[in-house]
Amino acid sequence: MSIFDSSAVGRRAYRFPDLDVPEVGLDELIPREHQRQSPPGLPEVSEVEVVRHFTQLSRKNHGVDVDFYPLGSCTMKYNPKINEDMAALSGFNRLHPYQTENTVQGALALMHDLAGYLSAIAGLASTTLQPAAGAHGELTGLMIMREFQRHRGDEQRDEVIIPDSAHGTNPASAMMVGCRVREVPTDSRGGVDVSALREMAGPKTLGLMLTNPNTLGVFDENILEIAEIIHQVGGLLYYDGANANAILGMVRPGDMGFDIVHFNLHKTFSTPHGGGGPGSGPISVSEELTPFLPYPLVTKTASGYEFFRPAQTIGRVKAFYGNFGVLVRAYAYVRTIGADGMRQISETAVLHANYLMRRLQKSFYLPYDRHCMHEFVLSGMNQKAFGIRTLDIAKRLLDHGIHAPTVYFPLIVDEAIMVEPTETETKETLDRFIDAMYAIAAEAEANPDLLKDAPHSTPIGRLDEAAAARRPVVRWEASVEDEA
Amino acid sequence: MSYVPTTSSEREAMLGAIGVSSVSDLFAAIPKTLRLTEDLPLPPSMVEAELITHMRELAAKNLDMDALTSFLGAGCYDSLIPSAVKHVLSRGEFLTAYTPYQAEVSQGVLQAIFEFQTMICELTGMEAANASMYDGATALAEACLMACNAAKRTKVVLAGGVHPEWKEVVRLYLRHQDIEVVDLPWDRSTGVSDVQRLEEIVDSSSACVVVQQPNFFGCLEPVQDLGDHIHRLNGLFVMAVDPASLGVVKAPGEYGADIAVGDGQSLGNSPSFGGPSVGFFAASQRLLRRMPGRIVGETKDKQGRRGYVLTLQTREQHIRRQKATSNICTNQALNALAATVYLCLIGRQGIRELGCLSMQKAAYLRSRLESLGLAIPFSAPVFREFVVASPVNWQEVNERLLDMGFLGGLWLGDSFDELQHCCLLTVTEARTKSEMDRFSTVLGGLI
Repeated sequence: MSIFDSSAVGRRAYRFPDLDVPEVGLDELIPREHQRQSPPGLPEVSEVEVVRHFTQLSRKNHGVDVDFYPLGSCTMKYNPKINEDMAALSGFNRLHPYQTENTVQGALALMHDLAGYLSAIAGLASTTLQPAAGAHGELTGLMIMREFQRHRGDEQRDEVIIPDSAHGTNPASAMMVGCRVREVPTDSRGGVDVSALREMAGPKTLGLMLTNPNTLGVFDENILEIAEIIHQVGGLLYYDGANANAILGMVRPGDMGFDIVHFNLHKTFSTPHGGGGPGSGPISVSEELTPFLPYPLVTKTASGYEFFRPAQTIGRVKAFYGNFGVLVRAYAYVRTIGADGMRQISETAVLHANYLMRRLQKSFYLPYDRHCMHEFVLSGMNQKAFGIRTLDIAKRLLDHGIHAPTVYFPLIVDEAIMVEPTETETKETLDRFIDAMYAIAAEAEANPDLLKDAPHSTPIGRLDEAAAARRPVVRWEASVEDEA
Repeated sequence: MSYVPTTSSEREAMLGAIGVSSVSDLFAAIPKTLRLTEDLPLPPSMVEAELITHMRELAAKNLDMDALTSFLGAGCYDSLIPSAVKHVLSRGEFLTAYTPYQAEVSQGVLQAIFEFQTMICELTGMEAANASMYDGATALAEACLMACNAAKRTKVVLAGGVHPEWKEVVRLYLRHQDIEVVDLPWDRSTGVSDVQRLEEIVDSSSACVVVQQPNFFGCLEPVQDLGDHIHRLNGLFVMAVDPASLGVVKAPGEYGADIAVGDGQSLGNSPSFGGPSVGFFAASQRLLRRMPGRIVGETKDKQGRRGYVLTLQTREQHIRRQKATSNICTNQALNALAATVYLCLIGRQGIRELGCLSMQKAAYLRSRLESLGLAIPFSAPVFREFVVASPVNWQEVNERLLDMGFLGGLWLGDSFDELQHCCLLTVTEARTKSEMDRFSTVLGGLI
């Protein structure tokens, strides 16, 4: 039931204080032509109805707090509760962005230090915290690349090379800075096809966008050669940090040759995904690109922390300074983990992924059979023989109370099943997932219809997405009976 | 403290199952020369109790709006937030979910977004809305891109009264797609767009005219004139609006806007030093398939039960890649949920009261300050923000106000050369008469 269905004329929840100043006629304040004629049709409900409605909705939703969430490339690790409390301190969440610097020294110190930590993890010179999500970081990074090339008089560079295994945001971001996308194929080991890359790279190359480990969960062992090819033709290397959970304290993108890195604080740095945001997508850049960062940045001076504007800044990519509340959580996370804990995160994430991969390989086809990093990609090809698609496997997993992996991505694997367990799950949970996948593989042979009709135990069955797209209903409307 | 639950015996068992002797074997693909041999230069780890002490110390170095009475706004507002909002948002099923790709176990998030879309349509008077954008500024930039694509034109006219930071974001986004951005000047005596200049600046190559209502100075723009003009030239009309005004001020749909965007921070989201807030994006039905971002649609399952899914995904980056309408993926779902819960709680009557309260209180403070000798430089009617002028150093005035426990207005000289003596004040529904009286007295003594 929709909250609109609970509405009754005159019912109230929250009350604003009474007007405590002498009232002036509305017409005296704003001319008739600016006055709203028909009031917005918001629901009229009581507080308990609102709370029950959303509590009941929440019970129809899976989250990391509910059970295992092995969604590949999304790093659905545990989101520490203490970080929520820290972000809710009034000294953080009741700050106005236009307060003078002397009244927000704690906030500026936090931003300054977090930017420093991210630079250290990236192995690069400096960091902006302004982008609001990973894709926004990509966009910012590409804008910096274009601006940098323009300054060098290299305006003709309008091609971005992107592997066919890349996240969809990469080509979409390239398009948003007016670039053409050149797609480089994947070699038999799951890495970039180096000879194809060599042919593609040239005077039109703005740069290469790469995820390493990539979306197959494979670390590209040719990374130094790849970096050299791009740098030799005058291009730049962009690191999509969606998979950074594999490399914390193990290897730094800057050392691999990357010029720009974005981090997804809502993935690697444990801030909650919120049902699809808010995220945060800071980017770290090399010394040479630092003058082009969005402004303002925070610097530490003898008298305290201050905002400043880099010399050749591209400008602003959003209002104010970034998703500060998310930054507070990520800062708290880095301080909790500390220098000594970073490596343990990646080591365990990689251990967990390899353990799952090797055990699941017994029932599912593994297209790239080598050690994976923090995630891996299976194929539902073995099950296809029984008329079962990856989608059926994913839906059947929901009956086990486990969220499905990322499916049908990367696009280069037929019937892809992309699994990322993260470091925060217990072995018991991993084993329960393995048992569920084995059971599903057995069902695929013995009782395929069970899978095709799955899920069976969720609040709702498989939904007709084609119908939704054919005749889109994107808002609630009072039905005829409701109006009568 | 790393939240890793794996014991050493479990680690050994897993290594055995994998068939390697140590975890470092799994990292063999990383060239040896690249592998770090020492810890990163980060501070040492902390346990929860230590973290709390440290974070409280940092927070205590800030002066927040619990300690200060704020008359500062300009895109971020000290608004009242009903307690129930944070309780709903703390539900782990909402907080720790991601994008609702698996609809059968995501009906909570999906239906909440569907209700958000509905409420944004109701507020703006538009036919369709998406699941949210990063903030108002980026929503406006994407609106301009969409207008250019729809109109197949490459010039955007921005009313001069649009928030300066939003303008910067729009210019940056558009510059990279070779779209020309032209300012429509604002009039020094009214504080709103100079409609006399429309003929000269807006032409048949203009994809859209963009206006903010109320504008950055709090003034109500001559929206109808701007909309009619661009529509005569078959361009699109884009409005950025303050959602808190929409119970009393005419909605974009009523003005005939084609696209309406805005920032929903003041709908149940804390100021949080400027983020996260939520951008909203609404348009007429015919533009639905050109919209950026997630859209939730209603459909049915095999048994005919109503349910919700992400729909029209062929617009999006994960399907269309470089042919997508935008690169946006993660948006601001939890902040959109806050706005949805907030709008349910205040309801149909509350949204009007919210607008009336803010407007009445702003009018009260404005007349108090006028009687104390502050000039009101702009003649246009205002909603909850207004500009005052006085030949003083406003930065110094604000320092003195701070000493008295007030967060003063925004000095405009920084962004507008011609407004060196002007300050933008904001009165939300949270301000009381006694606070305004005290503020007036203190400010009156400083000018």
